[in-house]
Amino acid sequence: MTLTYTQVWMLIFGLAALTALIKSLGPVVLGGRELPPWFSRVVVLMAPTLLSALVVTSVFASGRSWSVGAHTVGVAVAALMLWRRCSLVLCVVVAVLVTAGLRAI
Amino acid sequence: MAAAGDEGAREAFRRGLKLGVPFGVVGFLLSVSFGVLARQAGFSVVQASVTAMIVFAGSAQFAALSVITVGGGIPAALTAGSLMNARFLAMGIALAPSLPGGPMKRAAQGQAVVDSSWALANRGDGTFDRWLLFGTTLPQYLTWTLGSVVGAIFGNALGDTHRLGLDAIYPVFFLSLLIAELRDTSSRWVAVGGGLLALALVPISPPGVPILAASAVTLIGLVRRER
Repeated sequence: MTLTYTQVWMLIFGLAALTALIKSLGPVVLGGRELPPWFSRVVVLMAPTLLSALVVTSVFASGRSWSVGAHTVGVAVAALMLWRRCSLVLCVVVAVLVTAGLRAI
Repeated sequence: MAAAGDEGAREAFRRGLKLGVPFGVVGFLLSVSFGVLARQAGFSVVQASVTAMIVFAGSAQFAALSVITVGGGIPAALTAGSLMNARFLAMGIALAPSLPGGPMKRAAQGQAVVDSSWALANRGDGTFDRWLLFGTTLPQYLTWTLGSVVGAIFGNALGDTHRLGLDAIYPVFFLSLLIAELRDTSSRWVAVGGGLLALALVPISPPGVPILAASAVTLIGLVRRER
């Protein structure tokens, strides 16, 4: 099934509205008050946790199954370079080249 | 005091703009691949560009697109996109106390959150520098919009984005943010825990849910002593 022109617009506006709603919820419900100490102890751990989950699921999962591929190797090379403090843009270029290279073989 | 505050805000905003540029460059490449895939999924050039402009959430856009590419309907696509966005609930909750103003104003400011700006504006003590966040988001918004236009118009010339290895961009983008966090040794164990929990949930939940669920690991902060 391919969406019609109108259906694509419905999808776009629906997704925009839901995204805005999700981004608003926290600030609207919990904003404008002092944060208790336990709150900040949890919050400081959020960035490493969410980012780790994002990386892991984008490298080792495809849909609902675990999977690895050429991009796993490309990302691993970039990981080493990032740890050695190479620039992000350079790391991305190398990751793409390694991935494309492996797929061309 | 007010003048000094304004100066601090301007300085933070400028610093954010600079920090946002490399992410903007990478975001441009990601958005180009979105434009290409959107055209292949039946979007017009205008539709692909408007999506980037008003949704402005990469993972949600790709998730929704992948659902309709395999023949799913609008409800399934909206659900997939929203699940990918679910992490913004956690980010919004974390950010909330750092935003001034009434509910409407806070909601508007919350729209500026993208992964990189949220992570970089994090002061590390539970509070966020909102002007740094706005500054970091701005260049990324511009290149995100531009990239989708370029991808949608010139996508056919590019051909198969899978063969080109463009799917490696997305993980590296997040990895750069993660590695910056991991230089602080105290965050390493929660990162490992979050990653493992997310991976364990992959086979038993729809894409996006494992990422939000991983944030449960941060509750360890409730029992942990102050650093």
